[in-house]
Amino acid sequence: MTATDATTRPTPETVRMTLREAHKQSLRAALDHDERVFLMGEDIGAYGGCFAVTMGLLDEYGPERIRDTPLSEIAIVGTAIGAAMNGMRPIAEIMTCNFSLLAMDQIINNAATLLHMSGGQFNVPVVIRTTAGAGRQLAAQHSHSFEPYFAHVPGIRVVSLATHADARGVLAPALEDPDPVILFEYPRLMTMEAEVPVDPDIVDLSSAAIRRPGSDVTVVTYGATQHTVLDAAEALAADGIDAEVIDLRSLRPLDDATVFASVARTHRAVVVEEAWRTVGLGAEVAARIAEEAFYDLDAPVARIGCAEVPLPYAKHLEDAAIPQVESIVAEVRRVMHRG
Amino acid sequence: MPSLGSGMDVGRILEWYVQPGDEVERGQIVALVETDKANIDVEIFTDGVIAELLVEAGVKVPVGTPLARLADLGTEVATPAAKEGQPAVEPAAEVPAPTSLVTSPIVRRLAERTGVDLHAVHGTGRGGVITRHDVEEAAAAQRPTPPAPAAPAGDGHRASPYARRLAAERGLDLSEVAGSGPGGAVLAEDVEAAATTGVRPSPAAGPPPARTAPGEVAAPPAAAATTAPADTGPATDRGQAMRQAIARAMERSNREIPHYHLGETIDIESTLGWLAEVNADRPPAERLLSAVLFIKATALALRRSSDLNGYWVDGAFHPGDGIHVGVAINLRRGGLLAPAIRNADERSLDELMAALKDLVERTRAGGLRGSELTDPTITVSNLGDSGVDTIQGVITPPQVAFVGVGRITPRPWAVDGMLAVRRTVYLGLSADHRASDGHRGARVLTAIADHLRRPETL
Repeated sequence: MTATDATTRPTPETVRMTLREAHKQSLRAALDHDERVFLMGEDIGAYGGCFAVTMGLLDEYGPERIRDTPLSEIAIVGTAIGAAMNGMRPIAEIMTCNFSLLAMDQIINNAATLLHMSGGQFNVPVVIRTTAGAGRQLAAQHSHSFEPYFAHVPGIRVVSLATHADARGVLAPALEDPDPVILFEYPRLMTMEAEVPVDPDIVDLSSAAIRRPGSDVTVVTYGATQHTVLDAAEALAADGIDAEVIDLRSLRPLDDATVFASVARTHRAVVVEEAWRTVGLGAEVAARIAEEAFYDLDAPVARIGCAEVPLPYAKHLEDAAIPQVESIVAEVRRVMHRG
Repeated sequence: MPSLGSGMDVGRILEWYVQPGDEVERGQIVALVETDKANIDVEIFTDGVIAELLVEAGVKVPVGTPLARLADLGTEVATPAAKEGQPAVEPAAEVPAPTSLVTSPIVRRLAERTGVDLHAVHGTGRGGVITRHDVEEAAAAQRPTPPAPAAPAGDGHRASPYARRLAAERGLDLSEVAGSGPGGAVLAEDVEAAATTGVRPSPAAGPPPARTAPGEVAAPPAAAATTAPADTGPATDRGQAMRQAIARAMERSNREIPHYHLGETIDIESTLGWLAEVNADRPPAERLLSAVLFIKATALALRRSSDLNGYWVDGAFHPGDGIHVGVAINLRRGGLLAPAIRNADERSLDELMAALKDLVERTRAGGLRGSELTDPTITVSNLGDSGVDTIQGVITPPQVAFVGVGRITPRPWAVDGMLAVRRTVYLGLSADHRASDGHRGARVLTAIADHLRRPETL
């Protein structure tokens, strides 16, 4: 079930690219692979996308397949759902998940339910790309993390893409899924560079990934925060604490088997997320550990999340609100009873 | 797991009296079950052969859980020893064997507090059960021993779930392990350290005590480990648990049952005179108490009014299969039980007296049968000893009636147009208006009074 990133695969041919480029390549591959695929969203064509992911695609594929839309998230998603039900493979872009709330009705009441309401007659093979996360001083209306809202809903699949391998390996299987898939991307990682194989691997959509094996404590996370957690794990290693870092990747369904297996080895768990802590994915993971791995636990499960405030604009306040290396290190040390 | 009362949701098997391969007959007592209210013997309702015990001693399971598998008589049943292809001999002394302790939560908590290892205590209670007294004696005997160098694990053994599991797997007694975690909690590494430095293992890993049956010896350690936290978890005080059970039953009663209450004060001067005569020639042990008169009078009165004798279940009245009078017996530690005297109308006063004594004794000492708690078709409660004049009772669901008896006391009373002082008693009837009406209730109450006035009919 667990698919660790095989970036160390003995492939002679590698290439260095940004995460933005990785996303663009997978879109291009999808457009090349299947003529039913088209993109629609705000400013994705002439402007090249708010985060420049679709830059140049309008010239390559033309306005039929790279469609700029009016500023109406409900229209974008509603149209995409209709197109998907009629045999197309639309990729709808919602600029940030902060605006996705306007499309929630289409996503939950239509995309997620139509297969059920039609007695199995209509699948909705739509893919919705959106972004989440803070870190760029965009304040409370452009910085939030709403992955948990979608992970709550039966009928849709939710995946977070925060590595090059996932950015390149998830879109294809997402398009093959006959049901709605929501992909979360992370603006603050777009310029992150990595050496990657020329040919991308397909990623198992439903699996979590162990980003760093370790034996002392399991740190479960997802999205952009995993890079902060990995930095924290290095700092902890210098201190003699060997942390295992799990990227949930699939936020619905949750690959809890990977989490339980890890907790059975480490006996301690810390859940880190950038979304608000209350009623979140961290709460869900902690509850499942308590339900299924209770007798493996040598310490209570700890959670770190966003401070329960609208995200502030000021840099020092924004930093204080979301998980940082220092706060993660401190919490892991506390769980390890090395306070 | 049978339901041994309307408020019972779970029960714990304290002891199995049978093993796979044993032949059993209907009515035989096969297990001792701990409920919130009491330890109760459970009978079997069919003849057969025990094929398999599905729930181990010490384990708490919800009502309705199958406890054992029963095969037809004459079926070849593999005994635990035969199943594993081993001769049925006692295991060698060095073989670690999980043992099952038969104790109450109160005793276990006392043992924890006083640092007494229950495995080392000889039980003097009924069936070898370890009593409070046994633990206190063991604690006194231990006192000269200097305290262990390791501080005991915080308040009532704080320990992580994993540490508990490890300790159970290694046969370590958590109370012997020093905790290094928050608030003195025992962590896994403390257990590991204790295991390597050689802390005295708990006698669970030593030779099995004589009471250990072969089936228990064969119990897989994994199963023992998973049950351990249940046993060592926050021990519910039996008194509190009983309070909860009574609370549930009474809440249900007041929520569901539309009660009506009738009452009558009657002159029982002559009846008590009759009773004194009966008792005059008897040694104290054989004397009748007035309590049995009320039980018998109630039972006889119900013969003609079956709609107050039975159960209200699923929106309909179901008459009892006999007149089984539940007798409310208060417990010294608080709370009460109302076990049944079956077919009370068919028994003589002497038989009733013997049955009542037996019930009181077993209610207070433990050892009631499950059926005795579920059988009653009506309840009689006598609060006269407590000095109250009247009682308006709450019906125990699913029964439909309740008879309360007040204090027997001299009162000014009109007799044949003259004022006299007579001993009187108040009889209160509470009945379920769904099952009967006031008119019928009044007839029952009058019939009880009539029988009491004419003791020769009892």
